[in-house]
Order: sequence, then structure tokens, then C-alpha cells
Amino acid sequence: MIDLSVDYLGLPLRSPLVVSSSPLSTEIERLKALEENNAGAIVMHSLFEEQIRLESDEMDRFLNAGTEAYFEATTYLPEPRTPNLGPLLYLRQVERTKRAVAIPVIGSLNGVSRGGWIRYAGEIQDAGADALELNMYQLPVRFDVPGKDIEMEYCDLVADIRARLRIPLSVKISAYFTSLPHFARRLEKAGADSLVLFNRFYQPDFDLETLDVEPRLQLSSPEELRLRLHWVAMLFENVGCQLAITGGVHSGSDALKGILAGAHAIMTTSALLSKGPGHLRVMEQEMCEWMAEHGYSSAAEMRGAMSARRAGSAAFVRANYMKVLSGYVMRGSPGGA
Amino acid sequence: MTRPFVTVDGNEAAAYVAHQLSEVIAIYPITPSSPMGEWADQWSSEERPNVWGSVPAVIEMQSEGGAAGAVHGALQAGALTTTFTSSQGLLLMIPNMYKIAGELSPTVLHVAARSLAAQGLSIFGDHQDVMAVRGAGFALLAAHSVQAVMDLAAISHAASLESRVPFVHFFDGFRTSHEVQKIELLTPEDLRALAPDALVRAHRERALSPDRPVIRGTAQNPDVYFQGREAANPYYLACPATVARLMGEFEKLTGRRYQLFDYRGAPDAERVIVIMGSAAQVVEETVDYLAARGEKVGLLNVHLYRPFSVDAFSRALPASVRSLAVLDRSKEPGSLGEPLYLDVIAALHECGRQMGVIGGRYGLSSKGFTPGMAAAIFQELGKSSPAKHFTVGIHDDVTRLSLTHDPEFTVEPAETVKAVFFGLGSDGTVGANKNSIKIIGEDTPNYAQGYFVYDSKKSGSITTSHLRFGPHPIRAQYLIRDAGFVACHQFSLLTRTDVLGVAAAGATFLLNSPYGPEEVWEHLPRGVQQAIIDRKLNFWVIDAYRVARENGMGGRINTVMQTCFFALSGVLPRDQAIAAIKKAIAKTYGKRGEAVVAKNHGAVDATLAHLGQVAVPAEATAGFDRTPPVPPEAPSFVREVLGEMIAGRGDRIPVSRLPVDGTYPTGTSRWEKRNIASEIPVWERGICIQCGKCALVCPHGVIRARVYSRDHLADAPAGFAWTEPKWKEFASQAYTLQVAPEDCTGCGLCVEVCPAKSKTETRIKAIHMEPQAPLREAERRNWEFFLALPETPREDLHLAHVKDVQLLEPLFEFSGACAGCGETPYVKLLTQLFGDRALIANATGCSSIYGGNLPTTPYTTNETGRGPAWSNSLFEDNAEFGLGMRLAVDKQNAYARELLRKLAPRVGADLARDIEDAGQRGEAEIQEQRARIGLLKEKLRGCDSPEAANLLAVADSLVRRSVWLVGGDGWAYDIGFGGLDHVFASGRNVNILVLDTEVYSNTGGQMSKSTPRGAVAKFAAGGKTTAKKDLALMAMSYGDVYVARIAMGANDTQTVKAFLEAEAFDGPSLILAYSHCIAHGYDLRFGLEQQKAAVKSGYWPLFRYNPALAGTSQHPLQLDSREPAMPLSEYVLNEGRYSMLAQTAPEDAARLIEEAQRDVHRRWKTYQHWASMPVREPAS
Repeated sequence: MIDLSVDYLGLPLRSPLVVSSSPLSTEIERLKALEENNAGAIVMHSLFEEQIRLESDEMDRFLNAGTEAYFEATTYLPEPRTPNLGPLLYLRQVERTKRAVAIPVIGSLNGVSRGGWIRYAGEIQDAGADALELNMYQLPVRFDVPGKDIEMEYCDLVADIRARLRIPLSVKISAYFTSLPHFARRLEKAGADSLVLFNRFYQPDFDLETLDVEPRLQLSSPEELRLRLHWVAMLFENVGCQLAITGGVHSGSDALKGILAGAHAIMTTSALLSKGPGHLRVMEQEMCEWMAEHGYSSAAEMRGAMSARRAGSAAFVRANYMKVLSGYVMRGSPGGA
Repeated sequence: MTRPFVTVDGNEAAAYVAHQLSEVIAIYPITPSSPMGEWADQWSSEERPNVWGSVPAVIEMQSEGGAAGAVHGALQAGALTTTFTSSQGLLLMIPNMYKIAGELSPTVLHVAARSLAAQGLSIFGDHQDVMAVRGAGFALLAAHSVQAVMDLAAISHAASLESRVPFVHFFDGFRTSHEVQKIELLTPEDLRALAPDALVRAHRERALSPDRPVIRGTAQNPDVYFQGREAANPYYLACPATVARLMGEFEKLTGRRYQLFDYRGAPDAERVIVIMGSAAQVVEETVDYLAARGEKVGLLNVHLYRPFSVDAFSRALPASVRSLAVLDRSKEPGSLGEPLYLDVIAALHECGRQMGVIGGRYGLSSKGFTPGMAAAIFQELGKSSPAKHFTVGIHDDVTRLSLTHDPEFTVEPAETVKAVFFGLGSDGTVGANKNSIKIIGEDTPNYAQGYFVYDSKKSGSITTSHLRFGPHPIRAQYLIRDAGFVACHQFSLLTRTDVLGVAAAGATFLLNSPYGPEEVWEHLPRGVQQAIIDRKLNFWVIDAYRVARENGMGGRINTVMQTCFFALSGVLPRDQAIAAIKKAIAKTYGKRGEAVVAKNHGAVDATLAHLGQVAVPAEATAGFDRTPPVPPEAPSFVREVLGEMIAGRGDRIPVSRLPVDGTYPTGTSRWEKRNIASEIPVWERGICIQCGKCALVCPHGVIRARVYSRDHLADAPAGFAWTEPKWKEFASQAYTLQVAPEDCTGCGLCVEVCPAKSKTETRIKAIHMEPQAPLREAERRNWEFFLALPETPREDLHLAHVKDVQLLEPLFEFSGACAGCGETPYVKLLTQLFGDRALIANATGCSSIYGGNLPTTPYTTNETGRGPAWSNSLFEDNAEFGLGMRLAVDKQNAYARELLRKLAPRVGADLARDIEDAGQRGEAEIQEQRARIGLLKEKLRGCDSPEAANLLAVADSLVRRSVWLVGGDGWAYDIGFGGLDHVFASGRNVNILVLDTEVYSNTGGQMSKSTPRGAVAKFAAGGKTTAKKDLALMAMSYGDVYVARIAMGANDTQTVKAFLEAEAFDGPSLILAYSHCIAHGYDLRFGLEQQKAAVKSGYWPLFRYNPALAGTSQHPLQLDSREPAMPLSEYVLNEGRYSMLAQTAPEDAARLIEEAQRDVHRRWKTYQHWASMPVREPAS
């Protein structure tokens, strides 16, 4: 009997396969189906503070447009009957999800202001989320802000939120930090119970016909996994907090690799969007078969077995082109710091 | 009992009472009564109960006729029922009013009284509508103030229930319906006390019920109809006493006294003015003023006009009265006098009193009525032989009926504070002032009044807010002329309008200025500088745009300027004022989200640090002044009449200068340079591919293209841009795309549609926006030069090509439509293709307002003087009106042919035959026919016979006419549908263009049957729950109606093709044109993108159904768009009308969008099925 259960963020999960933050969580029926297919937990889609502001601003703008400018039509739209729900819409969704499923529900937050981060984190907790994932999803586009300031801001924010929250806290970050290992330790110190690697950004695409720049988010591809594997393997046992992988997990073997790298939770969405909730069972089946075949009885047993510390491969600390030049040299070098 | 004070307008006051005392409310929107229905709908949707604890049912009908029918039915079935209307709306209710009154059914119609469309439409207030229903058997009760509206609304309901006589409760449109006043609110207990349950039960007992059946509505014959009509007399005889008794009870309840005829003035008055409505307050304050000075004058304020109580009238009039002036806010051409005047004379005769009576007209269409006018009337009454009939408030130099008056005469208490604010519609000035007046009304012991004036354009409209407050009740029912506080919220208005014309000496002047206190002076026009010096104004400036911008408010400077007003006026201590402003902001914007409230609060907090006083120099130094309203080269009528209107001096235009029959010249908008765009399009000739899309979509006709001989370039101004034409046949000529810099509204549609980008810097398109001010002078010269270039000959162009259409001169330009309007590009296209031979019947609505609202109008002529002949009849009858034009054109054509045959020997048989046989297909053949008609006319002028003269009069009808019926969805889907359907069935050659915005845009976004499922609109605040009517399918079901559904943004070629086919089709043609609209709730700059999305999602499938193709190898139904290729939600959630619901009631929104998605698929399948059905008749 293979034991896939895991303790992630202090929450007992029956499987490390977690539904990552995505529009999937907006539909209760789909969440139920994911639970039925043995999802370990659900990370809700993010509450975007900026979007709430934007929606409020837009509603204001369009309700104002053309008003009080002409005798016959002093307004063009009725005032809303009920208030703009703003964050309430999200919080209600957390409550509904909690009522609908028994597995842990992890809220997700993307703020723009310190006040917003703190306030909404508390509200998500109060709405019943079992844990909160801070979705640090911002592009550093200012040319006058050095990286250390951004890192400092992130860490201060995590510490601030940690101090006010009862529930466990994970921090989802991007890969784009000059010294990710150092930054990871700072986040841990600030109070992150888990680091979730990595965010995926909308990346502009070019339309060759219209010469338009179009923001586009495509479903992840399995190739994206390797970056995550690399860094989870690097961080495992070098930071005290837990690790989770999100992005590029499409199959059972992807999940296995993640656990071997050192992840407690393996998050997936794209595969479920394209193949449906039943794909979770397929992944699980594949994992169990492989584990049985290779003599693993539990996820805990295999976790981190191929991390940088435990695999001892120089592949984690060298740039790949070195390997091409001299494939044999790498084998003996230890990883970690 | 203490009652709360509220600060509301007349509409809200009436609607409050009506909603409290009704069970069924059936309405139809019409200005200025629309807000009453909207309030009722809002309160019911918020589940607000009536005094009996039940929420009234509110239904929007398809017309006022429909509303009246529904009211009648609801009354018959025993419900307490009401409605609201104005003007033509009330006229449409007349047939039912006779029925309702004939059946003694208690009800109240609340009427915001408005002018009737005669020589022109007017949305403004007078009593012509009410007077037109005085024969219907309704009691007519007039309210003269906002407080009286609330009070007399209650008395009307109570009196109707008790007397069984139905009531029209009316008050002056705009002046009272839209005037905000602080009034005492009647409580539900008050209302309950006035309308006892026993009377309600009695009403129910009279209702139709199968449990105790009776029959009403019988057909009666000569034997009994007459007696039956007389049988109700006792009810009318008793009614005045009932009203009087209820007024007495009301006084006991509230302390406010009303009588059927309220007398005020000297007890021994000799001269009395008899008047109804808001002007009674003006007479009242004038009488108080004059009587205090010993003059024996008085006012008789008529409340219950019908049934007219001679007894009450006589008792109210002091015995000392020697002469009366009876004033009517109405006009009855050809009568001995207006209705109230005639009634007063009859009443005096009946009660046997002798006195001189004169009758006058005043205040038509909200013309201001002032104490100076009242004083002039008293003066006239004092003459030994006063004018028997007169007008006041105008200068009648034709029939010389007008009295002269002193415009400076004032009677207002010195303690009343008067403030005037100039702003633009887009800056939120009026909204902020409405809040200010509420704050003053509710947070201070002051009485308060607010009245708001807008100009006649929907884009760049100037607003003027008139606020009064003070310790005395405010009775001034006219605009402020001597303000102690003047605020100009837009710096640019200083050169456009006489902002300081209303400033009293010593007034405070607050200016929103990009220049600080130290530097502003040199930027002021000379007249403004001089006025500041002469009147010793306290001059303050603030850069409100900067404060707004810095606080995320964009161009909304309302709260910033409001904060300055409170700080400078000192009406409240600053801290208290700021707290009150913030509270008002939270109340006004709370439902839109916290972020909106927070940014407004931030702007308030940041304001006062930026407010600075200007040290006024001793001398005016500016070398420039206000610009004239129209340039000196404009035609004299434009200069002397329209220009005066533009300058705000229209009130002074004498009668002789106005057309006697409402006929105005076209092509006048070109003279009104409004300069409202902060940025205008700039053409990059090196990038441009000359596709013509920008010119096609420009809603205001400000982007033009021409191909012309390069010889003309020798005279071009420096910097005039041209390039080689991208047409093979025109390669040796020059091509220019020119923008009219002073007419552009800056909407940006052209930039969005432009497909051509710089190869090295893709953000730069062939059309992009740049600040207008630095470009203005040079581009104005370029524009003038461009206009003088010859038109590209039409016969050389392929009209079905969008690229060629850009070279056709638009005969519709610079309308006052909203910036980025989705309708006007279609109208403009119509005029480009057919304008020189088009007759346009235009239904009332947005298109009739931007098409025909004075002072200047957009339809114009080409170089031959030809252009669209345009007229607006009404809202409901446009299909019939247009059909009438077709009938006339056809008849004249037939008659001309008859005469031509008779006169063939004299004009030449060949010419006559060529004219008769001319196919007139296409531009070239039409030009040939015009040449033949020219020749014919020449010959006819040489013939000396009546038949030749008659043929000469109708000869132009031998050139093919293009008759267009234009209107919105409110007309086509709702109020005019019956007529439209008849026109479909007529087989006549008319072209119907429906500008489908899916709501009643002109009256402010009320739901129509075109409104899609799931969209929020007024009367569908929770999202419309039923599907949009498929008018196209209905028309297609006739089989011989051409039908096209178009969306210019999705497929402009199909749009052009549809216009050409519709016009060519010899029978009725219907074009349904998707028109994005400000009421859809998104930035109209992206209107064309949304059109694309509408088509791509399958919501708006494009097609053309051409019955002429029956029997050919082509299927009559051509689907011009593909099957739905994106979810409906992706299209709809870009628009506020849908997303608003998603943000406030997400489950409802999701359900409705899901149902709407099913509608889309169902409709697509239907069309697909139709398009694949075999077209040939089965062999018999």
C-alpha cells in the first residue's frame, strides 16, 4: 500500500497533488469533482487587490460617463442595486468552497498596497481558508528601484502578514531573483511556512499581422518543470520551510520528480484544464505504480531523495553548457551551501 | 410630529408619494418626467413597500399609449394605479383618459408639464400638454413648488380615491421637476391618514371580478349615450369640495395651507395676477415686495384648475379687485385667448363680477419668468387701457404683443446667498453641486435650491449650476443674475462664454486654473480681467486637475471644486464641511466600491493646500478677449440668429428673426467651432495605406479624404500634407487626409480602427492623437484650404469599396452627438452614398437631437446645393411619416410623368422618352438624368401654359429619390413598431435604418425590447431577464422585405454593401445597425473592437436577406459572419452594463449570461437553417 499522504503547511493532505491557483476554483462543481478525484488540497484563484480597485474605478467611470451633461439624460445606467462586492465576492467564494469540500482550502492573495495585503489576508483567514498563499506577482518595471529594495519590501510584507495571521502562510514567488537561495532564507525568516515555486507571468506575444503586442497566458508545458525541479532541489534542506512546485506538472512522473526534488506539495492546473479532473487519478495511479515498482512506500520516504544535497550532482550548481563540454566532471561535485 | 427635511427635486417628490400610494405603476420614459418612473422602479427593485406594506409592481411599457392602457386595465381590475408622463406622452394617453374618467376610476397621472412639438420640439416646460387634456374629464391640480409637488401629489391621490374623479397632478417641467429644494417629507403615516383603507376597499369593490361580474365599455347609441355622459355630473360637482376638505385636513396634519385658489397680497388689492405653476412663486415674491411698498396688488394662484369651482374662485378674489391679468403658460393659436384666461372670464361672468381682464402668455418652453416681468404686468394693469392680449418675456416685433420689462428689477432677500458654477458635463460639476445643495439643505438650517442648465450638445456640453441658500424660503424661479459666488470649473470657458456676466459686485470668483495665483492674470481674456477689476471680485484659483490627477480622479474635479466652494463660502465651518462632503461622497459612490470612495476622500483632503488667492492688478492688460460665437464670414442668419443662441443671448432674439414655420437652413454646424478636443488625430502620410477606415468611422465627420489635381497644391498653405494616391487610376493626382481641428471631439475611434503602423516604431499609427492647442491654427488653415479643393467626381468611384467611400463628401458633419457615438458613422455613410437625393424622416431620439437640435445642425449640402432634406415628426409615427414622404414622392413622380407625356411634343419627344425610360442605376445615370431634368426645366420655362408650370414644380421628382426612415431601437422595436410593421407590409420603396443601441439612449438608458438578456438598463436594474426581440427575423417573415444586420466595426465592406443593396431594392428595406453607446458602459474608443467581439461571439450575426435574389442562383439570405467563435461572456463582460451585475450579483449575472449564450446558439442555428433552406419553389 502506497502512502501518498503529506503534511503540507501543517495540514494533513491525502495526496501531495494540489490544485493550484487558477480559474478552476471559481466553479464549485469542478472543485467537488477534483476532490472526488483525490486532490490533496485546493489553492483558490487569487484575490487581486489591483483588480478590485480597477473594477471599482471602472464601474465609477462608466456610471459617470456622460452623466449630468444633457437635459434629457442626466444618467445612462442605473446605480447598482447592491454594492460592488469587491473582495466580498472572493470571500464568499472561499466560504462556499469550504462548505463544499472537505479537503483543505488555501486562499491566495495578490496585493498592491501594504494596507490591502494585510487587510485582505485577514479577511481571507476569517472567511475560513485553511492557509494563505501570498501570490507575489508583480513585475519590477521601475528603473530606479534596485533589486534589494524589492526583496526587502517582500520580506517586510511577509513578516507583517505573518504577525497578524493565525493560519499557515505560503509565499509564491517568481524565479527572477538574483540570489534565490538567499532570498528564500529571508522569506523563511520573515515567516513563510512554505515557498511555492514559481509564478508564471503573462508574457507579451507579438501579432505579426497587426503588429500588436498581446498579453497572453498560455497553459504551462512540461518543459517548465525543470526550472522548478532545479530550485526545489537546491533549496531542499537548505531552507527550513516547506517547498511546493507549481508550473509544468502534467503527469505522474512530473509529480514524482517534484517529490524527489524535495517538494511537499505538487500543484497542477494546466493538465486538469485540458484533461479534466479525472486526470488527477491518472497521475496518482502513475505515481503509485512507479513507487511500487521502485520500492517506495510513501511520499515522505522519497521526498528530497534527488535534492542537491542528497543527489550530490554538480548539475544543480553549474550552468548546463559546462556539462556539454565535460560531461563527466560534474558527477562528483556536491550541491548545497 | 416632526418630519424629516429632505433635499430633493420635484420628480423625486412626486414619485415618492406616488410609489407610497400605488400598487401598479405602468410607465414609459419621456423627458422631463422620466426620473419619476426611474425612481419608482428603483424603489420597487429595492423592495421598498408602499404605505400598505406591499411593494408596488412597476412595468415599463412600449409607449405612453401602452402605459395608459395598462393603467386603465389595472384600474378596472381594482389596483391602485399611477403613471408619470409629459408632453406628447400625455397626448398619447388622451384616448384612455376619456375612458378612465368616463368610468370614474380613481387614479393620478403625475405630469412634468412640457411644451408640445409644433414648429419645433421642445423638451422644456410649459402647460401646453396639460391644457390639451382639459376636456378628458380628469381633475387638474397644479403644484407650484417642490414642496407643493409632494403635498399636492398626496392630496391628488386622496381626492381621486374619494371623489372617483381621476387626477392629473402637474408641475412645471424642469423648473420644478428638476429643481432641487429642501422640503419637509410626508411620512407614510401622513399618507395613510389621507388615503383611508375604506376608500381603497371601495375601489376594489368596483373592480371587475368574475365572482361578481359586470360589464363596462359597452357600445351606446343615440338613445342613452348623452344621458350616460351626464350621469357622472354629481361627481364633478362634488370634487372641488372634496379637494378643499382634504386640503383642510392636510393643513391640520402638516401646517401647510393650500386652497383651490390661493390668494396672496394686499387685502384691498385692485390689480391681481391669476397664474398656475412655478411662476406663481415669482408673482408671490413680487407681490410681497410691491404690497410692502403700498401697491394694491395680489396673486391668485390656481391649484385646482379642473373641475373649475366658480364659487371658490370668486371667494378667493378680494372684492376690491378692479382688474385681472390672467397668465397662461400655453399657446392656443387662433383662440380668443388661452384656456385659463377664457375660464376666468367665464367664471367672472357666471359669478356676476365686473372687472377688466387681460390675458397674457409667458414662459413657453421654460422661458424664464422674473419679478421684472410680473412688475411689468402689474404696471400694464394699472394703465387706463391695458393691452387685452399680451406676451411677456420675449420681444415680439411682429404682432407687437410683448410687454417691456426691467430685467434688473429684483425682489430677492439680501440674505439669500447665490452661487453660479460653470463646468463641463464630463467634469462632474453638476453632480457635486447636487451634493452641495443637499449638504446645505440637510446639514444647516438654511433653505436651499439648486437648478441646473445644460447646453444642447451631448459632447463637450457646458453646464451651469445655480445654487441659492439662505434663511428664507426660496421662491426665485429663474436663473441667478447677480451671484455672490461664481466658479468656473474649466479654464477654457473663459474664452467661450461670459462667465462673469452673472457676478455681483464684490463676489468671490473661483477659477480652476492650470496657472497659479502669481501667473494666472496674464492668461485671462481682457473682458474677464476688466470684470474682476470693475466688480472688485475676490479672485481665487486652484489647479483642480492636478489635485484630481494626483488622487487618481482623472478628469473628475468635482469634489475638489466642491471643497473649495465650501471653504470660500463659509456656509459651514471647514471641518464640518469636509466631514459632510465625505459623508455625501460615501453615500453617492459607496455602491461602486471602497476604492472610489477612498480616492474621492483623498482628493478632498488634498484640496485646500492648493487653493490660492490672486492679488488683482489695477489694470486689464490682456491683448485677447472672448472669441465670437461664429466667424464674421458666416451667413447673416447664422451670425444674427444662430450665433446669438450660441452666445447664450437667444432670449433676446426678436420674433421677426425666427422662421414662421420652423424651417431652418441646413449646414450650420460648420460655423460653430467648439474646440472641445484636448487631442486631435494627426495624419502620418508616410504610414497611411489610404484604406479610408478612419474617415468611415469618424462619428463627427472631421476626417476627410480627397484626391485632386496636384495643380492645386501651388496655393496650399505651408505644411499642408499630401501624398500620392494609392489608386491606379488616380496615381498622377494628390491625396490628402485632413482633420477638422476645431470640430473633432477627440474620441479616438479613428486611431483604434487604423490598421497602419510605422515600420520602425509600431506605437505610431497612420492616425494618432496629439494635443490640439499647438496644432489648431495651422490645421485650421489646412482645413479651409482642403474644403476649397474640388470633390473627387462621384462617377469615378466604386461606391461598394470602403476605400472609395472616404472620397465621398459627408453631408452630415460636426453633430453634437456623444464623442465616439456609434450611430453617427452610419448616418454619415447614408449621406455620403445618397445624401444629395435623400429625404430623411427621423424618429425622435438621439438621432433627432444630434440631427436637429438648435442652434446649429449637422445635415448639410454639397457644392451643387443638394443635400438631405430632413424632418422629425414624432417618436411613435416615424415609419408612417417616412412612408408619407415616399407616397408624396411617388405621386409627384407619377404626376410629372403624366404631364411629361402630355408636354412631350413641346419639350421634345426624345427628351421626354429618355427621362421616362431612365433607369437611374448608379451615380453616372443619376447625373445624366439630372442633366436631362435641367434641360427639361429650361424648356418648360419657355412654355407659357399651366401644365408646363405644374410640371416645372414637380420636375425634380423625376430624379430618383431615396427615402430613409431613421431612428433608434426605442422607436423601431417599441413605440413605432406597429407603424414599422405596416410599412414592412406596404411593399413601398423606403429604407429603414435602425440605429440599435439596445436602450433608449436619449432619455438615459431605459430598457427597450432590443435590450439583450443579462444587460443592466433602467427598468432592468437586475439585468434584463428576457431575450432581445429579433426584429430582423420578423421583417424577413414577410418574404419581400430587404433585411440586413450590420456592424461597421466588424465588417465595413458588408456595411457599405448593405446600404447600397437596401437602397437599390424596390421595396421596404430594413438595416439593423449595431451602435455602441455611452449607455453600454465602456470607453467608446473601443466601440469598434466591441462590435467585432459582438459578431465573433455570434451575438450579432451579420447577414443580408435580399428578396430580389429569389429565383436566382444565389440564396436570398447571405450569412456574412462566421459561426460563434468565442464565448459570449468574453464579449459582454467588457461592458459595464453586464459587468456591473457580475460585480454586484454574480450568480444572477452568471445565470443570465448562460441563458444569453443559449440565445446566441439558438439564433445562429435559426439563421443557418434559413440560409441553407432550398429557395426554389417546389414543382407543382
